[in-house]
Amino acid sequence: MFDNFDLMIEALGAGMWTTVWVTLTSYAIALAIGMVLVVMHVSPAFPARWAANAYTQLFRNVPLLAVLFIMYFGLPKVGIVADNWVWALLGLGMYTGAFVGETMRSGINSIPLGQAEAARSLGLTFGQSLSTVILPQSVRAVIPPLGSLLIALVKNSALVLAIGVPELTARSRRLIEDTQSRFDLWGVIICVTVGYLLIALVLSYLVRIAEKRTAFVR
Amino acid sequence: MVTIAGVNKHFGDLHALKDIDLTVDDGEVVVLIGPSGSGKSTLCRTINRLETVDSGTITVNGKPLPAEGRALANLRADVGMVFQHFNLFAHLTVLQNITLGPIKVRRTPKAKADERARQLLERVGLADKADAFPSQLSGGQQQRVAIARGLAMDPKLMMFDEPTSALDPEMINEVLDVMQDLAREGMTMVVVTHEMGFARRAANRVVFMAEGQIVEVAPPDEFFDNPQTERAQDFLSKVMSH
Repeated sequence: MFDNFDLMIEALGAGMWTTVWVTLTSYAIALAIGMVLVVMHVSPAFPARWAANAYTQLFRNVPLLAVLFIMYFGLPKVGIVADNWVWALLGLGMYTGAFVGETMRSGINSIPLGQAEAARSLGLTFGQSLSTVILPQSVRAVIPPLGSLLIALVKNSALVLAIGVPELTARSRRLIEDTQSRFDLWGVIICVTVGYLLIALVLSYLVRIAEKRTAFVR
Repeated sequence: MVTIAGVNKHFGDLHALKDIDLTVDDGEVVVLIGPSGSGKSTLCRTINRLETVDSGTITVNGKPLPAEGRALANLRADVGMVFQHFNLFAHLTVLQNITLGPIKVRRTPKAKADERARQLLERVGLADKADAFPSQLSGGQQQRVAIARGLAMDPKLMMFDEPTSALDPEMINEVLDVMQDLAREGMTMVVVTHEMGFARRAANRVVFMAEGQIVEVAPPDEFFDNPQTERAQDFLSKVMSH
């Protein structure tokens, strides 16, 4: 079953590494976008709220694969040219960012209104109440769902094989379609499954640690 | 200190405040009483613009209330607010709750803010609770921390929106005692409360509200011993009967 095991591990190891850094980099982009979105969502300025909502609706309601295709095939036609891995990171990041924004917004909504009223009554500005009172409390509430989004992103990252990024699934397909048929189908499937499990389990564990670290006495 | 003139406020179809005129002088303790839904909390909350008004003017310290923004934040810094449900910041210790405002708004150095916070905790009888989290305190203790948090900003005016309504009976006095000390020291106070004993002892003036209107304004002894309006007589007969 595991014929040419060392060759297989070498290829899949490289794919795993690509999956990990594509996931983590695009997640960082998603967190940054989500943070901006949530500030816009709760902002007193109507245009900011409107723009955040428009972005969220757009990226939440278009399939990720379509987002990647639009970026990779469409944008060069209007003169915006970049490497495929740039579109991979941006596509995954912008798509997931919409979900991160919504998750953080529900976190903010879970904080009792009195907390914001008390902050404003002390003379804190909108930004200060958000950054010192509301966000620190809501972050704790949203770490578990943000962790779920991270795990989902690990798996969604497989879609970037469609624009030629050699991540784990792309590498496994190459092995399965090997012209010299050196690899057994089930051997590859098992190794790929174990690879994704390993990544997801390690990340889940890290999320759990983050959850414990930020817990506070209630 | 505070001048409210011709203020009206609606919540949908409900006319919550009807042509309110009221002034609060420096050093004065004004206690707002009245049945639930009479608009007294709403009125209190309009003074630092936690509620906006539909018409009329409110001036604090001679300045009309500004729109939301930095000017309003500056004004709020001078007006302490104590809430029915304490609203202590759940993720911060007692000490951090008290020093947040001074450090972020007044730019007080942390060491100085800490020192002042400990003095205030001493004053409200909670010197040993500086490092506790709000959830580890009783309601009465939380409310005393909330008062200390307000005082840490050296406010020109302290507002109390039903500060004892969420407390168990045996904790009410520890909060009222702190408030009465404040009143005696000359703090300007606006207090919404159902504690008639406190109103009688601490108020300079009692403002009786019903259905969004100010029905009667009088010194406490006059009001409680000889209410002029039927509405106030009716209210007092109900709350004083036992």
